[in-house]
Amino acid sequence: MRPRRLRRIALNTAGVAVFVVSAFPVFWMVSTAFKPNQEIFSSTPHPVPFHPTLRHFDFVLNGGIAGVSFWHYFVNSLVVAVGTVLVSGLLALLAATAVARFRFRFRTTFLILLLVVQMVPCEALVIPLFINLKQLDLLNSLIGLTAVYIGFALPFGTWMLRGFVAAVPKELEDAAAIDGAGPVRTFFRILLPLVAPGLVATSIFSFITAWNELIFAYTFMKDQDKATLPIMLQFFFGRSGNDWGPIMAASTLLTLPVIAFFLIVQRRMVSGLVAGAVKG
Amino acid sequence: MLDTVQAVRRPPGRTSSGPARPARRRPRLGPYLLILPALVTIAVLLIWPVVQIARMSFQKVGLRQLRGEPAENVGLDNYRQILGDDEFWTALRHTLLFAVVAVAATLVVGTLVGLLLNRLGRRMSAFVAGGVLVAWATPPVTAAVIFAWLFGTTGGLVGWFLDLLPDWLVGGGWQNYNWFSSPLPDYTVLTICVVWMSFPFVAVSVLAGLRTVPGELYEAARVDGSSAWNTFWKITFPLLRPVFGVLLTMSVIWDFRVFTQLFVLSGLANSDSFNLSLYGYSEAFGSLNAKYGLGSAIAMVLTVLVLIVTAFYTRMIVRQEGVR
Repeated sequence: MRPRRLRRIALNTAGVAVFVVSAFPVFWMVSTAFKPNQEIFSSTPHPVPFHPTLRHFDFVLNGGIAGVSFWHYFVNSLVVAVGTVLVSGLLALLAATAVARFRFRFRTTFLILLLVVQMVPCEALVIPLFINLKQLDLLNSLIGLTAVYIGFALPFGTWMLRGFVAAVPKELEDAAAIDGAGPVRTFFRILLPLVAPGLVATSIFSFITAWNELIFAYTFMKDQDKATLPIMLQFFFGRSGNDWGPIMAASTLLTLPVIAFFLIVQRRMVSGLVAGAVKG
Repeated sequence: MLDTVQAVRRPPGRTSSGPARPARRRPRLGPYLLILPALVTIAVLLIWPVVQIARMSFQKVGLRQLRGEPAENVGLDNYRQILGDDEFWTALRHTLLFAVVAVAATLVVGTLVGLLLNRLGRRMSAFVAGGVLVAWATPPVTAAVIFAWLFGTTGGLVGWFLDLLPDWLVGGGWQNYNWFSSPLPDYTVLTICVVWMSFPFVAVSVLAGLRTVPGELYEAARVDGSSAWNTFWKITFPLLRPVFGVLLTMSVIWDFRVFTQLFVLSGLANSDSFNLSLYGYSEAFGSLNAKYGLGSAIAMVLTVLVLIVTAFYTRMIVRQEGVR
């Protein structure tokens, strides 16, 4: 009895340690965001703010840098992310239906293409995409940026949705077809409602892809007006002498929606990413 | 089964009503029409740009070409120039070394946490997994900013903590130590940051794999008095080999590509700490550079490196999943 109990205690201690190490940086971000400056730069750090303050949030929300408030960048980020979700979701759904429901020439080729392009280092593509957008006069344009993000979100989105479409029993569609429903009707009445959870998961993934992206936005959106939230963070961060209070407040505002979304879909992210690997 | 479906459910898009064409020979356009938009998007936004960097890597492309002047072909000049540049070799070394260290650390930490999650009770496991997910979900930009703050020079927590430790162990003067002044400390922080962000995915994948291993195997191992180390290498690892294969290749690819975190932590000004992607970016977009051809040649090197690993990855996925 004794050794087993000891082992349990050891395991649980290790568990708590893993929890602390994993969550601590995010905790420290939030904690710093609420601390007055004396506490942030004090030589003995306080684990939690002794005199919590909202002034850093106030600074970020109400026109911190050059009088442009957080909400301005928030709207830009939201427009880009929602645009990415809608367009890539639609394209991914169509393509996923094709590969999950039909057998056709080049189907395997298409699937392998999806796998390979997911891995293409996007960072390497900044230069040509910059030049192309410049020639199309789409630099400093939310539409241009959205288009680029659609390209990044689409391959994984299609790959992930394909599993969801394949999981819908074909018999349901057969039954609808026998009852005289055309393909379009079958799609909207049978397939779409059943794939909806997968569509939500894929959408959240696309949303996070667009929401988090820094490099392309930083390179393409040189007008401060058109910047997205990750660039706004760089405005605070890049300034002389880091003013950690506002930086952490802005980081908190940028991060919390992502964590909330992520917790909703994490299970599906895993199954999408290592799809099939566990089946051995 | 698929064939039955297709027999019953004709593909959409059979609107063409050419009377002369016999129905049987009519190409079934349905699936092609469905993948067409995605295919075009991927071709324009991902494949064509790869072709473009391949082409530009043999050209001199600068600000004039941005204004529409035709680019001049320079043959292998760009490659010759980067191969003769110490900065390139430093960046390549950083890229490879960082990938080795970060991938090894990510896989070891992730696997250990996955094994731990599997051994914990239900509630404890859910609790720990919650914390692990927070690390996973944090956007790379914020993660980098947070670690810049943790390792900050004034008020940084790590410096304060290291100064609490006895001097004979870690030395002194950490409170004012600048972690972002030279490659070694730079990459130390980067590695910690990247491992912190990427071990959760490994842990959760390993956990998912462990759940598929029949419990009797472990039961038998325990009865035979097998040590934890032996059990892992004799049972867990062989059974989860496919999972580890995918995790390894994915991690290598991701860590070859690391950009955002290094960009935030060390920045464009700090050319000693460049890796390949940052080096290429800086040649193109760094102040006063605009050497797009040179940047493309560097990007090409990175792309080829990544695509080699991707070939292994794709083969593994295709074998395991059967892309049928």
